[in-house]
Amino acid sequence: MSTRPPRNFFVEAFRRDAGMLSRVADSLYWMGRYLERAEHTARLVNVELQLWLDQSPEMGAGRWRFLLEALSAPVSDGPVDPTKLVNTLVFSRTNASSIVSCIASARENLRHVREQCSTHMWEQLNRVYLGVIEVKPQEEWFLKSHDFFSVVTEGAYLFHGVTDATMSHGEGWQFIQLGRYVERADTLTTLLETHFKRMTSDVERPVEGVEYLEWVGLLRDCVAFEAYCKKHTAEIRPMRVAEFLILNPEFPHSIRFSVDRVNAALHLVSDHTQRAAKLPTRIAGRLRAEISYSQIEEVFAQGVHAYLQKIRSDCTEIHDAINEIYFDYPIEAEIAS
Amino acid sequence: MTATALSIRNRLPTSFVNYQLDNAYDEMFSSPGTPRDHYRTLQQTLLGLPPEELRRSQQAADLAFLHEGITFTVYGSKEGTERIFPNDLLPRIIPAREWAKIEKGLTQRLTALNLFLRDIYHEGRILSDRVIPRELIYSCKHFRREMRGLNVPRDIYVNICGTDLVRLPDGNFAVLEDNLRVPSGVSYMLANRKVLKRVFPTLFRDYGVWPVDHYPRVLLATLKSLAPENCPYRHDPTTVLLTPGVSNSAYFEHTFLAQQMGIELVEGRDLLVHDNVVYMRTTSGLRRVDVIYRRVDDDFLDPICFRPNSILGVPGLFNAYRAGNVALANAIGTGVADDKAVYAYVPEIIRYYLNEDPILQNVPTFLMSDVTHRQHALENMDKMVIKAVGESGGYGMLIGPHSTHYQREEFRTRVLADPRNYIAQPTLALSSAPCLTDGEIESRHIDLRPYILMGEKVTLVPGGLTRVALRKGSLVVNSSQGGGSKDTWVLREGEVGSELLDEVREQLGALATEIGPKRIVREKAS
Repeated sequence: MSTRPPRNFFVEAFRRDAGMLSRVADSLYWMGRYLERAEHTARLVNVELQLWLDQSPEMGAGRWRFLLEALSAPVSDGPVDPTKLVNTLVFSRTNASSIVSCIASARENLRHVREQCSTHMWEQLNRVYLGVIEVKPQEEWFLKSHDFFSVVTEGAYLFHGVTDATMSHGEGWQFIQLGRYVERADTLTTLLETHFKRMTSDVERPVEGVEYLEWVGLLRDCVAFEAYCKKHTAEIRPMRVAEFLILNPEFPHSIRFSVDRVNAALHLVSDHTQRAAKLPTRIAGRLRAEISYSQIEEVFAQGVHAYLQKIRSDCTEIHDAINEIYFDYPIEAEIAS
Repeated sequence: MTATALSIRNRLPTSFVNYQLDNAYDEMFSSPGTPRDHYRTLQQTLLGLPPEELRRSQQAADLAFLHEGITFTVYGSKEGTERIFPNDLLPRIIPAREWAKIEKGLTQRLTALNLFLRDIYHEGRILSDRVIPRELIYSCKHFRREMRGLNVPRDIYVNICGTDLVRLPDGNFAVLEDNLRVPSGVSYMLANRKVLKRVFPTLFRDYGVWPVDHYPRVLLATLKSLAPENCPYRHDPTTVLLTPGVSNSAYFEHTFLAQQMGIELVEGRDLLVHDNVVYMRTTSGLRRVDVIYRRVDDDFLDPICFRPNSILGVPGLFNAYRAGNVALANAIGTGVADDKAVYAYVPEIIRYYLNEDPILQNVPTFLMSDVTHRQHALENMDKMVIKAVGESGGYGMLIGPHSTHYQREEFRTRVLADPRNYIAQPTLALSSAPCLTDGEIESRHIDLRPYILMGEKVTLVPGGLTRVALRKGSLVVNSSQGGGSKDTWVLREGEVGSELLDEVREQLGALATEIGPKRIVREKAS
């Protein structure tokens, strides 16, 4: 065989560099998802524990149920034991969506692909992991729980900061973003759905009293209170809150923002892999267009519930499509081509 | 004892009080209180340091290992299976002259072993000439008849090797084991160095230590030099590291090496074989793989050819290998040459192929398949170490002096049931070196594992992994059995004023007149 490069060498050489291992991409994607889920759960439980201090016991019981629903956790009838419930949401290793389980899964996924990430990223995630597993829940744990949740949320911020600063913003990075924002769009939608199902007050009038706390709670769940106030002042109207959390293109914890990011990441991944990945980009593009051209009045006229449900099913479809095109494609077709 | 030695001894701080010398060779002291020349600077530094600071440095190092996740996995225990590999802060120092001998000895040994492997998988001259009994080779668990007549790239079977050396009481290094299959530990060598440079920067610079950091680069070059002739990009073959996965004890090392070399770390499920070509599954489709640095044992490589229930391997890999479409490092079937019974014949092997005397000696070995050897060994079980021939990692062995009557009887039954599978060696007094235990300096037994790479050329990275038996008096250095490690410093020059230095200077002078007169003369003039 001659050692002369083949004629289409340059095209081929470029192609040869394209694409990362499917298993690795899969792990990075899930790492992004798990970490986002841990962060989201930490914020929700933390806000809940703060609100709990302000509320009457009966009111509290209802809220716990709402929390479970908002996190898509199984809700059982009968009285709720807050200590037990928080333990399930935070520490339980049998509950795969508990904070500790999510962090452990994120770390495990990263451990599988350690050579793909920078040492700093691994160290940071490992530190968060070691920080959460050393906490043993005790009676007075609730009172000092704030520190625990900051370990998780700030740990996640730091991780993403370190990731942005030390990892090439190539395909692997895009898969992390993809996981992170698909998860965010999905969890946000579930949270909003649950909230709007429960709050049936007039959406255009400012809310007051006990209800006010509920809406502030929702905004805090999405780290949105300050950002919302900046735009609309502290006067809270449900429709404005909905607009802010669903349609705002600039706020990082809005659905619109998340979908934009998913869309961008998918385009870049498809460029990187030189693969005309029509399916996921098409669904994501359609969803993005739909949200970006929506008006909040229209959304409420149609019914906010149906609107959110559609977004959620699109998220599921995007996830399935990513899986089918990049991670788990049938080999026969590849060999034939 | 001389007056100087006494005065040094009196000046020893508390940290050296418990330092005991026994009949083993001590790396640091030639007699109580008298350090060897190349350890003198280290001792002075240690004397100047408060024990508290040493303890703090050790803690900082441990924490760094934990945070970076430099861990290994212990098999057979449920709890805390992920452990950090204990690192000892005090470096082990090897003078240039001693290293030169090791380097020469190992190159010789490896060259001969590669010729041996080629021979037994082709003509089998050494067997026809009755230097080694045929039945010894064919009864070897790691002999792969599938390899008969198969040519491997550059005729090199062992591309990556980590030989275990021990220093005997007379000060000479001897080979304890050739690890020719998938030797591990090199990542700890690199991690230890990183930590030590942080802890003792000035000491490190003053000593003039050879760097080891280029190991991954040399490894990559070695792997690439194996690319199959028909691979489409021979100048830049797609090279991958095949790992058994995250639960393997050396997984950290696999990720580390893959990252340092910038190659993909793949598992069996990432690869597939079609038309005798290996591909990996990527997000942009299938990509051809040319060279595989496999850290999976022969047995598990290909369920079609070897163990059928293996899920770590790639179905069809062996056929692709046989077709010459992919290179494996190390080659399949190298285990026959590190079988502990074949080990006994290595000096003969060296003489047979190279017509030279071995530079590094073997440890005396008794073959249990031999009646007189067996009798001797079984009568002296309490003084012997008995090992299963195909095992490694400190598993499947009996250490006579530290064994119970019951254990000895059990081993006796096992040996008698399958004599071919066992060998015996006298219990060796491994050399000892200073180690830091809880702020105090005590002596512990150590060995040395240098790493040898053979591709286009032979490279030994100056240094290696010095493993430490952390338990007092213990002779087992394996990480799985409570061992630790320390950094190994190979000095650029010998002790100041030594003959070697003069020799080196002489050679340099000769070199100067030969190749670079102008530049050096000018430097001399200024």
